[in-house]
Amino acid sequence: MSPSIEIMILASLVAVTCALPGVFLVLRRISLMSDAISHAILLGIVVVFFIVKDLSSPLLVLGATITGVLTVTVTELLIRTQKVKKDTAIGLVFPFLFSIGVILLNKYASSIHLDADCILFGEIGFAPFNRMIIGGVDLGPVGTWLMSAVLFLNITFITIFYKELKLATFDSALAAALGFAPVLLHYALMSLVSVTAVGAFENVGSILVVALIIAPAATAYLLTDRLSVMLILSAIIGVAAAISGYWLAYILDANIAGSMATMCGVIFFLVFIFAPEHGWLARQFFRRFSKWDFAKDILTVHLLQAELNHADHTEQIVSHMTDHMLWNNDFTIEVIGRCLQDGTVLQEGDKLILTNYGREKAKISFLKG
Amino acid sequence: MFEDFFYLVAGNYTLQIVALGALILGITAGALGTFAVLREQSLLGDAISHATLPGVGLAFLLTQDKSPLTLLIGAGIAGWIGTICVKVITQTTRVNKDAALGLVLSVFFGFGLVIITIVQKLPTATKAGLDKFLFGNAATLLKEDVTMMIFLSSIVLFILTLFWKEFKLLTFDTDFFKSLGLPFHIFDILLTTLIVSAIILGLQTVGVVLMSAMLVAPAAAARQWTDRLGVMVILSSLLGAACCVAGAITSSIIPHMPTGPVITVYLSLTVIISLFLAPHRGLVWDWLRIFRNRAMIESASILENLLIISESHSDPLHPHSMALLKTMGSHALSRNINKLIKAGFIKKYPDQLLSLTPLGLEKAKQLARELQNEGGKN
Repeated sequence: MSPSIEIMILASLVAVTCALPGVFLVLRRISLMSDAISHAILLGIVVVFFIVKDLSSPLLVLGATITGVLTVTVTELLIRTQKVKKDTAIGLVFPFLFSIGVILLNKYASSIHLDADCILFGEIGFAPFNRMIIGGVDLGPVGTWLMSAVLFLNITFITIFYKELKLATFDSALAAALGFAPVLLHYALMSLVSVTAVGAFENVGSILVVALIIAPAATAYLLTDRLSVMLILSAIIGVAAAISGYWLAYILDANIAGSMATMCGVIFFLVFIFAPEHGWLARQFFRRFSKWDFAKDILTVHLLQAELNHADHTEQIVSHMTDHMLWNNDFTIEVIGRCLQDGTVLQEGDKLILTNYGREKAKISFLKG
Repeated sequence: MFEDFFYLVAGNYTLQIVALGALILGITAGALGTFAVLREQSLLGDAISHATLPGVGLAFLLTQDKSPLTLLIGAGIAGWIGTICVKVITQTTRVNKDAALGLVLSVFFGFGLVIITIVQKLPTATKAGLDKFLFGNAATLLKEDVTMMIFLSSIVLFILTLFWKEFKLLTFDTDFFKSLGLPFHIFDILLTTLIVSAIILGLQTVGVVLMSAMLVAPAAAARQWTDRLGVMVILSSLLGAACCVAGAITSSIIPHMPTGPVITVYLSLTVIISLFLAPHRGLVWDWLRIFRNRAMIESASILENLLIISESHSDPLHPHSMALLKTMGSHALSRNINKLIKAGFIKKYPDQLLSLTPLGLEKAKQLARELQNEGGKN
């Protein structure tokens, strides 16, 4: 396989692995915990590295994961003391741990392959150089295997605890009442995010993980109201961002991870504008239509009232509408025109008369309130 | 040691410049951070500071000019656009603020990295030195940088003092602010602009990655020591300045020491000390209070129980066994009994027997009355 295909496969794996737990973070409104975790794991990685002196040791993953969960715990304890607000607590804990990590790295590890650039950029471009060779057979890049393992873990966890996660996300009180232990589930999810961040760290660095976790989920959130669909959509969006990001980097000769994050933003922007129901255009459209619908309802209901209460038809004169409804002339003419088109109203001279169909519609909208 | 430190700085022109820059940054970020923290916008600072990165890169790419003014104007514009993105996303979609912040932060940062990698490959770049905007490098501060920092920070602090009353009201009672007919959006935007300016001020020294700590930490620490806004702003500025100067100098003296992380560590230690030890609010005092209250309630319950037992006996001062008290649910007997004996409320006899003293009897009756009154009130 050519290196570029290997990189694209790995990038897609990373994107899907990040997107899946991201859905739950976005829905549970704790997205920034991923930011905190992805920064803090650096300290875990560095400390364990100093102990085991081996970058590919599984202990590294374990140590980093523990740091991630620890960060969440410390942050939540700090919130519980009520000395600082939630946002401040998050903003205090992870920069501290991250800073210690960066200092240790700069001070003592300048000779090794982990360096400051790797923290921020990731090294997905170098992934194909690090081969997994067992018994002389080349099985592809090590990173791909590692990421597949994490992805497998995420899919397994979400499949097994799908019902529990769904309930705890949308109604944590009910989940607690039914004995689903939402707190335990919360920490399980946080561990999952930590493992994901550790797995992705080497490939995309510690800040861009956040883009891959949050952006696809937030994008999918604008497209669907179903959890299962949202999971699938966010995975697809992640892959789209990964592959288009790779090509963007290829064209611009720029950093791959950064380009992936950029494409995440571009896709979010497109969906933000064009999404069928929650998109900006759709909402403008809806707002415009609802304006006319409302005005038409008002006019027909007014005519209905006039028929019932006033025998002299003065309330049904066209010019009366502008005074009564405080509409300007053009608007009134437009509304009447739309009503005539709908067949709810007939015009006789300057008098407006409801048709039978219009009378029924007016009654319905009147009852609707 | 402090003297060595002082002479080191006093005799070294570069270090003086660095220290001065850090001082200005600390004061400004500390003051503005107070408002960010009180308005629960701590993480907005994080998003804005990350969002400035593409601005720095694009400003260089478009103008091929790496003078601090050009780069920081670019940073300011990008930070602003980032803020607007967060606002638009939270106000018009169902994506909540947390996700919007994370999205803007990481996407802008990613885009910034793309631009920086492009810049670094330009033949004309000659090591543009944009890396220093990531983790900060105080040692690269030049005299003209510091001059510009002084200029920018004076404007920021001047506006802050000028509209002090308005910002105070905006922070603590938005509804009242609006009801007075004051233009909420204008002042909201103005305050956000000041925060963006403070962030820009620190990009070269602290870097985009950790600039949010420079805003949040001094304010969070100062909050523990006071309940007054004026005091908090001044304290936050002082703490910010102290940590910032110490961090900038440490990183300039010791090789391989990125400035941003060092300052962040100093700031975090200040926060930890404040959280634990600040008078009234400190956690240590909380624990002491809880411990004292618990001991008081436990002692009172022992006296109460002794009173109840004594009422079943003709002589109220007759000794009773400790085992009986235990069955009545008095906790931590041995710890509290000695205290009660010392206070003269109870008397100990051999064979684990206890009795009230006349003084103790009075005290127990008084406690019982108080308890009854409180029960009556409820």
